[in-house]
Amino acid sequence: MRVSLRWLNDYVRVDLPAEEVAHRLSMAGLEIEGVEKVGEFWDGIRVGRVVRLEKHPNADRLWLATVDLGDRQETVVTGAPNLREGVKVPFAPVGAKLIDPAQGKLVELKAARIRGIESRGMVCSEAELGISDDHSGIMLLPDDAPVGAPLREYLGDVILEAKPSPNRPDWFSVLGLAREVGALTGQPVTEPPAAYPEAGPPVGDLIQVEIADPDLCLRYCATVITGLRIGPSPEWLQRRLRAAGMRPINNVVDVTNYVMLEWGQPLHAFDLDRVTGRRIIVRRARPGERLVTLDGQDRLLPLDALVIADAERAIGLAGIMGGANSEVSETTTAIVLESANFHPTNIRRTAAALGLRTEASIRFERAIRPELTVPAVRRATALILELAGGQAARGMVDLYPGRKPEAEITVTAAQVRRLLGTEIPGPEVHRVLGLLGCRVEEPEPGVYRVRPPFWRSDLNIREDIIEELARIIGYDNMPTTMPAGPLPEPIFDPRRGLEEAVRDILVGCGLQEVLTYSLVSKALLDLFDRNGAPEPLRLVNPMSAEQEYLRTSLRPSLVNTLVSNRRRGEAGPVKIFEIGRVYWARPDDLPLELKRVVGLLSGPAGPRVWNQPERELDFYDAKGVLEALFWRLGFDVRFEPGTDPDLHPGKTALCLVGSERVGVVGELHPRLIDAFELRERPQLFEVDLERLAELPRNSRAYRPVPRYPAVEQDIAVVVAETVPAGRLVEIIQGTPYLERVDVFDVYTGPPLGAGEKSVGLGLIFRAPDRTLTEAEVRQFVDRIVRRLEREVGARLRT
Amino acid sequence: MITTELERLRAEALASLEQAETLDALKEWRVAYLGRRGRLTQILRQVGALPPEERPRVGAVANRIKAELEAAYEAREVALKEAALAATLAAERVDVTLPGRPVDLGGYHPTTLVLREIIAAFTQLGFQVVEGPEVEWDYYNFEALNIPRDHPARDMWNSFWLTPGGSEAERPMLLRTHTSPMQIRVMEKFRPPIRVIVPGRCYRYEATDATHESMFYQFEGLAVDENLTFADLKGTLYAFARMVFGPERRVRFRCDYFPFVEPGCDMSIDCFHCGGQGCRVCGGTGWIEIMGAGMVHPQVLRNVGLDPDRYQGFAFGGGPERIAMLKYGIEDIRHFYANDLRFLRQFRW
Repeated sequence: MRVSLRWLNDYVRVDLPAEEVAHRLSMAGLEIEGVEKVGEFWDGIRVGRVVRLEKHPNADRLWLATVDLGDRQETVVTGAPNLREGVKVPFAPVGAKLIDPAQGKLVELKAARIRGIESRGMVCSEAELGISDDHSGIMLLPDDAPVGAPLREYLGDVILEAKPSPNRPDWFSVLGLAREVGALTGQPVTEPPAAYPEAGPPVGDLIQVEIADPDLCLRYCATVITGLRIGPSPEWLQRRLRAAGMRPINNVVDVTNYVMLEWGQPLHAFDLDRVTGRRIIVRRARPGERLVTLDGQDRLLPLDALVIADAERAIGLAGIMGGANSEVSETTTAIVLESANFHPTNIRRTAAALGLRTEASIRFERAIRPELTVPAVRRATALILELAGGQAARGMVDLYPGRKPEAEITVTAAQVRRLLGTEIPGPEVHRVLGLLGCRVEEPEPGVYRVRPPFWRSDLNIREDIIEELARIIGYDNMPTTMPAGPLPEPIFDPRRGLEEAVRDILVGCGLQEVLTYSLVSKALLDLFDRNGAPEPLRLVNPMSAEQEYLRTSLRPSLVNTLVSNRRRGEAGPVKIFEIGRVYWARPDDLPLELKRVVGLLSGPAGPRVWNQPERELDFYDAKGVLEALFWRLGFDVRFEPGTDPDLHPGKTALCLVGSERVGVVGELHPRLIDAFELRERPQLFEVDLERLAELPRNSRAYRPVPRYPAVEQDIAVVVAETVPAGRLVEIIQGTPYLERVDVFDVYTGPPLGAGEKSVGLGLIFRAPDRTLTEAEVRQFVDRIVRRLEREVGARLRT
Repeated sequence: MITTELERLRAEALASLEQAETLDALKEWRVAYLGRRGRLTQILRQVGALPPEERPRVGAVANRIKAELEAAYEAREVALKEAALAATLAAERVDVTLPGRPVDLGGYHPTTLVLREIIAAFTQLGFQVVEGPEVEWDYYNFEALNIPRDHPARDMWNSFWLTPGGSEAERPMLLRTHTSPMQIRVMEKFRPPIRVIVPGRCYRYEATDATHESMFYQFEGLAVDENLTFADLKGTLYAFARMVFGPERRVRFRCDYFPFVEPGCDMSIDCFHCGGQGCRVCGGTGWIEIMGAGMVHPQVLRNVGLDPDRYQGFAFGGGPERIAMLKYGIEDIRHFYANDLRFLRQFRW
């Protein structure tokens, strides 16, 4: 909504600077998105009158215009086609600043010789003055413009770009905003004049109105004007419409728009002679009924759409747009002026179904009050009589099936204090609510009976009234305290702590956290195995195919992040992880939202450094991160060879805590590496945080610090290459006094036979109560070697 | 005479000590002069053969010279050790300007960093962290929050729908457009006193630009008890603003409209970039809007079975990305979830 301060001044005195008005309105809840100053740079520009217009002696298309400024006359050269002697125009002398429409910026006007004639100044177009984009001719001022007056005094204005919230339809009107400004400044508000002679026949002789569907039409008012003459509106009216962003059409239509902007009540004028049977019926559309609306579109009307019909056909789409078949035209001489109130939800639904939101529909859907119809139609009738002549019928049509008793809200001083945390004295309550147009009675001290003004459809409950008190006095003038009272019971949520711990550990392990979109494309998801997930949920209204499905796995997003970073030229190591949700559909219910952590390590192991050999990140880098993660979290985890459809079958390990599978680590399957056209081998891990959160952490018990020394003994055993090292460790774990086993070496090649490998095992023995003897340790080692021999055919390498 | 001999030996030994350039040479010197078979020892052995009346005098001279030589030896040893250490140190010099062995440095996503800060602040104020579903029923996202179907306020939240027919479905399911549905879920689950903070992802069907993303995070706060007031809401948010943006921050509360609060407001802080003078960061106004808030609407309380005559409270919400953009000077929200490592690696504590 674009609001002219000059227009606002018609109803309420605004003495404050525009910035202050904007500031107060925005503090009171009306968002002001911009303050546009019309005429800020108009220094020296004045109203002039063209007293003489002659051909330029040396040019066919140029004129010499002599402009009277009251105290002097100036002659300027102009090429404008629309000048006549006697018109009033804006005149800019040398030194004034104007917008150069070619460059769109301000330039200072200099004296110039044009084809041998000196031109000292300029007559200006609207574009040069920054009023509009119109540069087709010189701006013509109204005949009553005072010659010599500074243009800024005469035409300068400030336009506020206001964005009313949905609960305040009254802010969609200049008068409503004037009332708000009045409440904020204490200035009285004057309503525009609306009296007119009712010289014609009784309105009932000219038009019959019937509301067939009173559930959708709460009120219908109409006046009739006959004998009028359609023509252009006066300049002041056209200018106000243009400043508000509307296009002037003719005096009747312009008045309906003007009064809509003024009162916030949409109006519509029908050509009376095109209303068949001189009957208006407000009814639901018939199945299959069509209407060509004023914008020329032939529309199939949705069921439940409300139409304005005559005896035969629909002639308008109620509350949204009129019909072409009853449009006011140049030949119109009589009109029915409609001022009605329609059901907000119905208007909203119909407008949405037709994709047709209009200035009228946005006001109706916000539930403007039925009380507006009468003053608005009176005001419009008076203006039309003034601008288009004619005769108004006696009386008006006023059908009001939706009448409701006047609202009354009771608020007590105690309730005000309880909500705001402060006392507002009685006189202050009366003063503030009075400023807002409320009628307040106080039947007993501290009990206020409030009747809101008719234009405030948003005031319905006591909290609404308390907000009014607070916002007019100013939120910043309300006290500020810290909450008192009991604290809630603690909430235990092991998952939250776990998630934050995982995040910290992985960052500590050198991984960068990423957060990727929950919505992905089907194509991306389908590259990966579903891995037990149900079909992904699809959006009914996606913005793009790239973001159409709710992800059922984080893996595609992580690989995608690698790919996009490589595409951007990242050549170094990519070590990333995400903790996020996957969405698993369930029938007839919200999907399961499961927390997962997925990590990806790929590319060179580190930046190139002078004293470190270059190598690629591999399976063991990823596994090392997982080992660190589980160790830090305090889970005893086992890694077992396994498979995962997205991972290399020979480079995949399952992570087990007890018998529970909690995660997986492995190299991305070559099939996927190809699909993403990668020239590296990404290592991936995934941990199921949901499952992990339910498992006991068993490494929290304290063990006393050992008092006796350990004995270390290294052995190397030769086994078949197919025997996993983990199997060897598993076999010997549990040997008495064996504290720790480290795999310190793995070797294949001569002198070992083909298919053999040697595994170096570092054994550490310790007894809690004494120092172990060499003989004892030798015994343990022998036992270990024998077990390895028996279980996996190992032999001691010597 | 023996004393002359002693004096000569002294002179010779001291001169020889000067020549000992290494610890090995020094050791040899010690053996040669002070050792069991050293020359001083040999002379001292002769003292026993002297007449008794001469012994004390000669003995005294001999002891003085022995002590002197031993002291000289020790001083020389210290000097030589220092020199040897200095030589070793010099030989072991490395180029300290070469880069160190890199330690893997991970990093947090800026949204995480800011959310943690926000949560830490509200945790200090007694709020508890809970999370809720991102896929929601229309009931929780709209209806129960006093935003009925066909309410024009629904235009404030364009939604992604999951049920065929979208909002027209019998039981519409959507991606939550804000974290506010958790107000309902929390009040359904817990009785007052309630103080929770809810971080999480939200989604809006909106064209993206430098300040709008279709996916973003929010944090939602809710406090409900018997006597929480608008003044308490102001106090809580003021404390938050100072904790996150600095103790000298000033705040401003404006009236604002959200259907699930009454009175409703938004909170701005004075621009920490220009100190309120007006600059690019604050759009020339000197103030930066941070959060929306208000007193929980009585209809919302009734919707969860709480009696508004007994209970009241406040709710607030904000966007961590916006706060991150302000704190770090990020110009475009679309950076956040594009996950360009060149972007992500910039954020540290």
